[in-house]
Amino acid sequence: MVQEFEDHGELTVEVRADRILEAARALKNGPSQFTLLSGVTCADFPDEPGRFRLAYHLRSVQTGGRVRLRAWAGGLDPQIDSVTSVWPGADWQEREVFDQFGVRFHGHPDLCRILNPLDWDGHPLRRDYPIGGEEVQFTDAV
Amino acid sequence: MSTTDPLSAFPLAMEGREAVEGATREGRPLTPTERAIAAVEAYTPAEAAERTLRNEMLADSRPGSRQPLIINMGPNHPSTHGVLRVIVELDGEVVREVVPVVGYLHTGIEKQCENKTWWQAITCVTRMDYLAPFANIHSYVLAVEKLLDMQIPARAEWIRVLLSELNRLASHLVFLGTSGLEMGAMSIFFYCYRERDEVLDMFEMVSGERMNHRYFQVGGCAQDIPEGFLERLTKFLKEMPGRIDEYEALLTNNPIWIDRMKGIGIIPAEQLLGLGVTGPTLRAAGIGLDLRKSEPYSGYEHFQFDVPTEIAGDCYARYLVRVREMRESVKIMQQAIDGLPEGPFISDDRKVVLPPREELAYSMEALIHHFKLVTEGFKVPAGEAYATIESPRGEMGCYVVSDGGPKPYRVHMRDPSFVNLQALRPLAKGGYLADLIAVIASLDPVMGGVDR
Repeated sequence: MVQEFEDHGELTVEVRADRILEAARALKNGPSQFTLLSGVTCADFPDEPGRFRLAYHLRSVQTGGRVRLRAWAGGLDPQIDSVTSVWPGADWQEREVFDQFGVRFHGHPDLCRILNPLDWDGHPLRRDYPIGGEEVQFTDAV
Repeated sequence: MSTTDPLSAFPLAMEGREAVEGATREGRPLTPTERAIAAVEAYTPAEAAERTLRNEMLADSRPGSRQPLIINMGPNHPSTHGVLRVIVELDGEVVREVVPVVGYLHTGIEKQCENKTWWQAITCVTRMDYLAPFANIHSYVLAVEKLLDMQIPARAEWIRVLLSELNRLASHLVFLGTSGLEMGAMSIFFYCYRERDEVLDMFEMVSGERMNHRYFQVGGCAQDIPEGFLERLTKFLKEMPGRIDEYEALLTNNPIWIDRMKGIGIIPAEQLLGLGVTGPTLRAAGIGLDLRKSEPYSGYEHFQFDVPTEIAGDCYARYLVRVREMRESVKIMQQAIDGLPEGPFISDDRKVVLPPREELAYSMEALIHHFKLVTEGFKVPAGEAYATIESPRGEMGCYVVSDGGPKPYRVHMRDPSFVNLQALRPLAKGGYLADLIAVIASLDPVMGGVDR
């Protein structure tokens, strides 16, 4: 664990990327039983050494508690272990992060693009991906 | 056809070709989803028919001895609720494998939000789940308000509850109408859309638009509810329980409806939970998880209502849960009308909220605030927040990250349709092809929310 803090009433636990699976298992099987994975998402910070900050939002059905698990995937070759073995529901959400940010998830059963076309070039939600880079269809027809 | 070039098997502009091209570029083998897409597109319909015929002649009649038939449903298929594509592997009429393919409605809304100011982004998020626009905005404004540490006037919160519940009613009406249509019950569709139209008219009265409202603002609501709205809503709510009885009379004991829905699409509740499924689908399997009760927001703790649950976990139970939720929504709205507090409909924090229009005529300060807010937008302290609400389909979450500027650094919407749709595969496997339609209908996915 790197750090733990509470902000706006939300508990955040940050772990090293190589310990994510261990942390996920501990949170799911620990005393608070975070059995429901609300979401997996990511934010891109190009100036940070870790660059891609993943956020896993967990919810405990038993206690009603919530926690945010965070990890930095690394800038040059972003990768992290997949948590699909802990929460099968991570499947599509990790595919979405892969699609939009290019973070590779080890051990993911089906890691391909999900929202963008399958042969899409680049990862649109990265901060250095330009908006309006795609040519608007039929603009010359007017 | 040359054997050295795998791409020559695909016609141009087909997704199988895109999958092979993408995988080759990344230097990896095709994943299961990509393989399924490539397999279903590798043959023209004529070739596929010929192969199937040949296989049929070769096989004996025992089940399981046939070559599987792979068919492609969608993306344009009336029973798939929009542009959902499902690749189905069939043994006779039994579904052996289901591969849902999504993304046809992807419009990059999350990217768009990053290039708008905080208040402009509301316009984007409302267009995601187009059957529950109020739910989208609600989670977004709650997340932003959390970052701003804002206090919301009581009246604004009650109006939010009122419209969220009206929206839930409208959304469930669409579920009921379209699933009826898919199961061959035509009349229910017209009854449901009659009432939904009335709801949309009321939305128009409040927000000026029938869909994609921009009514909830950071700090409250855009304006007070108009005169005559509460009377119209009261009249509607008085009629509604009788109308719901009408729907139930058409369906609940209808033998065809029961045959198509009962015992269809069941997996254990623990598996649903593992898949992240929330909302009516989870509640129909016996887990009474409702964010309005477990983590009340916008003053839901002041309302008396039940969370309907069923234990069967089949399509019929999901139908029953949604119908009973409609009745609960009516109850909540009646309480909201009775107890609607007086007072401002929006916070008076001038650094975030636009000043009232009439003040611009005489107050220089108001004019400056107005100008700054409209041109530059308000700044949100750096940090991150995750706000969740109970949308008609489950947990609608909004994760916002701010770098302290006037534009969101990142907006992520955790849409329940997207996560719930993952359950389609285990739910439909092993059933009949016709049951697949019932399962899709009972999950009630909205593709605008899935693809965002």
